[in-house]
Amino acid sequence: MDSLIVSGGLFYSLKRVVYRGMNLNDYKVSEFYDELITPSGRPRAATRALWKYLKSLDAEEINERKVACEVAALVAGITFRVYFEDSGVDRAMPFDLIPRVIPKKEWDQVSEGLEQRVRALNMFIDDLYNDQNIIKDGIVPADLITGSENFREQCRGFSPPLGVWAHICGSDLVRGGDGTIYVLEDNLRIPSGVSYMLENRQVMKRVFPELFEDSGIQPVDEYPAQLFDMLASLSPRPVEYPNVVVLTPGVFNSAYFEHAYLAQQMGVELVEGRDLVVDDDNDVFMRTIAGMKPVDVIYRRVDDAFIDPEAFRPDSMLGVPGLMRAWRANKVALANAPGAGVADDKVVYAYVPEIIRYYLDEEPKLANVPTYKCSDPEDRKYVLAHLEELVIKPANESGGYGMLIGPRSTKKEQGEFAKLIKADPRNYVAQPTLALSTCPTMVPGGVGARHVDLRPFVLSGQQTFVTTGGLTRVAMKAGSLVVNSSQGGGSKDTWIVDTEAASRAGGES
Amino acid sequence: MLARLAEHLYWHGRYLERAEGLARLVNVNAHLNLDLPGRMAPGWEPLVRITGNSELFKEFYGDEVGERQITKFLIADERNPGSLQSSLELARENMRAARDLLPREVWEQMNGLYLRVSEQITGNISKRRRHDLLGDIIQGSQQIAGMLMGTMSQDHAYDFILIGRYLERADVTTRILDVRADDLLPEHAEEVPAFESIQWMSVLKSLTGYQMYRRHVRTRVSGRDVLRFLLRDRMFPRSIMFCLKSLESILDDLPGDDDSALRATTSLMRHLDSARIVQLKGEPLSEFIDRIQIELGEIGQHISQTWFQSAPE
Repeated sequence: MDSLIVSGGLFYSLKRVVYRGMNLNDYKVSEFYDELITPSGRPRAATRALWKYLKSLDAEEINERKVACEVAALVAGITFRVYFEDSGVDRAMPFDLIPRVIPKKEWDQVSEGLEQRVRALNMFIDDLYNDQNIIKDGIVPADLITGSENFREQCRGFSPPLGVWAHICGSDLVRGGDGTIYVLEDNLRIPSGVSYMLENRQVMKRVFPELFEDSGIQPVDEYPAQLFDMLASLSPRPVEYPNVVVLTPGVFNSAYFEHAYLAQQMGVELVEGRDLVVDDDNDVFMRTIAGMKPVDVIYRRVDDAFIDPEAFRPDSMLGVPGLMRAWRANKVALANAPGAGVADDKVVYAYVPEIIRYYLDEEPKLANVPTYKCSDPEDRKYVLAHLEELVIKPANESGGYGMLIGPRSTKKEQGEFAKLIKADPRNYVAQPTLALSTCPTMVPGGVGARHVDLRPFVLSGQQTFVTTGGLTRVAMKAGSLVVNSSQGGGSKDTWIVDTEAASRAGGES
Repeated sequence: MLARLAEHLYWHGRYLERAEGLARLVNVNAHLNLDLPGRMAPGWEPLVRITGNSELFKEFYGDEVGERQITKFLIADERNPGSLQSSLELARENMRAARDLLPREVWEQMNGLYLRVSEQITGNISKRRRHDLLGDIIQGSQQIAGMLMGTMSQDHAYDFILIGRYLERADVTTRILDVRADDLLPEHAEEVPAFESIQWMSVLKSLTGYQMYRRHVRTRVSGRDVLRFLLRDRMFPRSIMFCLKSLESILDDLPGDDDSALRATTSLMRHLDSARIVQLKGEPLSEFIDRIQIELGEIGQHISQTWFQSAPE
């Protein structure tokens, strides 16, 4: 049934799905760890206020809010483009009403663990492109580099200011059946999703203003200001107002919305490669209506391989010829630095605990998922014998492409992966299937348990900053473990709740 | 500001104004057809020629020149790059490319207008629905202009939207005058007085200019006075002179040493001022309007050479 919805004077007709109330009492806690509900069916401490509120809404009220969310998202153009879909049609990213809640105490620990991890990874990258002590000391094998697609010869013998390579890191966290939070992977190239984190909060505040009074929900809005400060601190020119720009591949990129959004929130220019020029003195300029204007810092959202046709792919139309020489001459800062991706490859992942111990002389504060390296003969033998139980991941793909999820695969698919692994063992790792935690999620017909992960963002410059929570992604299909937006995943608002502050303010005791 | 973005905003301004102009053009023609007796009614064919798409129309529709085909071609046909639907889409895409320069609510409004119209524009549009739809588009475009004026810093980004808007608006007004210039009145000379004022009233109303005309011109509606009003009035925002005057003051403020666009604008204003409007009817009027359109085109070329040429392709 179509219905007309009025929003800010605009009329929309949306396909309407009728939700038959929340039926929170009937919510079935699955065999997995549930983020909001204990196995006995009661809300967890940080969730009580939320749960009580949601229960107080009737079906009509729920529908109203659900529709209001959809309209808010559609009107704001919160859309992403899916690769390989040539029509380029906008599709709203499914957004789920029910937030994911994490107690602040727990989050503070996770946050420390992330800082530790990113600090060590940055030292690791800097070492790989320079002295390679970690290889000389036998902590990681040399073929970790020689076999890596993301190791950039063009970066050898250079160290960016502060020794930081991955200024913006998005690590994916999951919670296992025992309640432990694991790092599933680190994204050190051009992680995306932070705009959805910010937008989701805006939508929630619009739709559920009552919930934000006195409930101890920590704000997330600081991110764009922190991002700008971090970027500005990288400027090679010691000026008070360095020129920072966001470099996007353009309007057809799947994350274009985010590029534009961040540029706007930071109040900086959103540029494309064709807007920039590097002159013979390695200075970088942008073309404006008043002529050429210098550029100091580039938050680039273009892949390494396309960033500079002089240094990388000569056929790239997205890049800026000469950008690498400008960077190496310290005339411009690039965030993230080219070559940072060498440390987010899934084989390197297996070594991160050792990397942390090696550089920081500390024990890792965040757990790694046990990982089998197919390059290791023993591990490979095990992996090939247990394909039906394991998740097989290629080293260099992202976005959930090219994976095998053992328990959900056919014999034929397993056979294909066995061939792939034997042909190129360096390119594959395997992990046990994690019993990912679930979170109550609105589904047609009521509320169901759906698997979630969490992507926080870590900024590294002179200081380190970790987002309050991050982007919770949710697999909208029952039982599905694939949360990637490019494969039909949705997202939720993530609440870091300070229960102590809430009770001090007279909220839930 | 980036030359590329200036260009996007300029084209956004042009396309949105063009969409609004097409809505007004279709409306004025529909009114004329209703107001005049059959043999004097203009029909729909002139609109295709006036929007400069005769060949394309013939290619898609052959000799079917009914109201249904022509309005579909002008409003909803995606194959026609000059259709209202295409213009609105280009207005949106150009704004999208530069939307980090604009207040977010304006983008939401543009996106909303586009989505809403796209949804309603499919299939056969009844006359009644068409009238509402065109009214909605005119109102939506006005809302965007109003929000920009009320919430956007009046910087160069804003300037380029205005430049596109005024240049296109001047062009639209010439095309609406073309509808009237094109009619068959001279052949029915003895009946002219009875219908002339109806026709010119329609023209004024299509530009929301009837009341303003009455207030400022204070005479009964006659061709000569309406023409003077729409060509030369310095206060009515859809008159060609007003558009040029606005352009002139914005162009004067833009950075750069090249003032060719400004000079072309001033020159066209002089031509308008010196035209002998009393003598403009039928063929000479059409020629005069053609000349204005050509000069408007030249202003556009100067703008592009001066400020967008450093925008690489």
